[in-house]
Amino acid sequence: MQGMRGAPVRKPTLRIRLLGLVGRDRLISLASPLMLLLLWEALARTGIIDVRFFPAPTSIFATMVTLLKSGELWHHTMASLQRLALGSIIGGAPALFLGIIMGLSSPIRALVDPLIAATYPVPKSAILPLALLIFGLGEGSKIFMVAVGVFFPVAINATAGVLEINKIYLDVGRTFKASRWNTFRTIALPGALPFIMTGVRLGIGMGIVLIAIAEMIGAKSGLGYMIWSAWETFAVEQMYVGLFVIAIIGFIVTAILNEIEKILIPWRR
Amino acid sequence: MLMRSIEADNISAGHAIRVGNLSKRFGPVTAVDQISLDIANGEFFVIVGPSGCGKTTLLRILAGLEMPTEGSIDVVVPAGSTRPVSSVVFQGDSIFPWMTVWDNAAYGLRMRNAPGAQIKEVVGHYLDRTGLTKFAGHYPHQLSGGMRQRVSIVRAFANDPEILLMDEPFSALDAQNKLLLQEELLQIWEEHKKTVIYITHSVDEAVILGDRIMIMTAHPGRAKTILPVPLARPRSVMDLQKDPIFGDLVYQIWTSLREEVQHARKLDEARGCKA
Repeated sequence: MQGMRGAPVRKPTLRIRLLGLVGRDRLISLASPLMLLLLWEALARTGIIDVRFFPAPTSIFATMVTLLKSGELWHHTMASLQRLALGSIIGGAPALFLGIIMGLSSPIRALVDPLIAATYPVPKSAILPLALLIFGLGEGSKIFMVAVGVFFPVAINATAGVLEINKIYLDVGRTFKASRWNTFRTIALPGALPFIMTGVRLGIGMGIVLIAIAEMIGAKSGLGYMIWSAWETFAVEQMYVGLFVIAIIGFIVTAILNEIEKILIPWRR
Repeated sequence: MLMRSIEADNISAGHAIRVGNLSKRFGPVTAVDQISLDIANGEFFVIVGPSGCGKTTLLRILAGLEMPTEGSIDVVVPAGSTRPVSSVVFQGDSIFPWMTVWDNAAYGLRMRNAPGAQIKEVVGHYLDRTGLTKFAGHYPHQLSGGMRQRVSIVRAFANDPEILLMDEPFSALDAQNKLLLQEELLQIWEEHKKTVIYITHSVDEAVILGDRIMIMTAHPGRAKTILPVPLARPRSVMDLQKDPIFGDLVYQIWTSLREEVQHARKLDEARGCKA
């Protein structure tokens, strides 16, 4: 952290940079997915690949337009997004507090660390039946699954983030008689924020995986449900639309989190 | 807690800090051994010693960051004072990278819930004194090392403590910046003449800044001698260089210190450490 501060300030840039690449490399990066789609289209039209499993991108796109017009896609997307947002807050907020407090207090760390170490490796998807048992088939079980997925990475990264803070900053807080709350608010939280943002990113990624799985079982809405019902009715194009929208959500969420990080962490170049 | 704050009705009388038989041991290692000190109110007291002589440990005990193994520290606080007992300027970068210059400088006052108007006035004053006003909204990574250390000094002064504790604040700076900051520090200090305990390994710096200089021995860290600095104030860092008293004192302290450095090196070699 100390070495970083000596570096020159990077001016905010409006140029869109894809993966930090420039010029020719950026063009290649943009072209490669397009090339794949073109190849896919060509192979589908010439019948080299089985369109029952790999329908042509144009027909997937046509289905997408139909689903958009009927409002069905919007309905499922919003249902998933709502669960994702609620679950992220319900899982993320307590994880943030617990994680930072664990970083600040070694007795609390000693108390909670073994519990996290023991529960973290359990595959989150494996607790879906338990979630359904406890929260029923409604919204509760889906939101719970997202919350569980977000909780661990945020808590673990928040603790690591606080432990990574140069001890001198905590000494400064002590010499200025910062209260516990002020130590939390002015030192631990901002100091751990770069790690916390990584945790949030990982957590929401996990949340997207889990919401898709959770919606496949016992849901009547959401992108996971849409994909599952497409399988049941063998509407393969619809299945691809669902997968595509989930991928887009992941991409947009990452982009939004990057912007939030720039606003929250202005001291990072 | 061995640190006691004693209320004095008459601040001008006697010492501001009395350290009695202070020792600190880390397991078998004695970092600070039986140090006793009386520091007068408004005195600029410098502690100089070879590296590893326990001077930072001594300062950390005075700052309340470490507990002494034995001994006592009495800080005399004027009756009715609401000011904090001490503020520390740390060695190296210690200003918060996530706060602007202004927020860093205001930190101490905010932590003790000073009124907004007071924060504005005091922080504004010290930023102005150190030429940092136009950088108030900057983050530390946008500043040079010298400017960051200025912020650290402003943060300590703005908190308006009874005593200022400084731990080699300029050791990481280049020679030119060091000279400038020493000069600035003297100017700010002249305003209120707070009691200062200043730690350094630089003999020149000790003589430039101090009213009295304590030379410490290494392994264990003991007080070897305390020398007064009979140089008039206010001092100009440049003018001091040609003052014969300055030269004599530097020579005298160096001679005393050299024994200690050599002694410390021998001990290190005997223990198989890198000298």
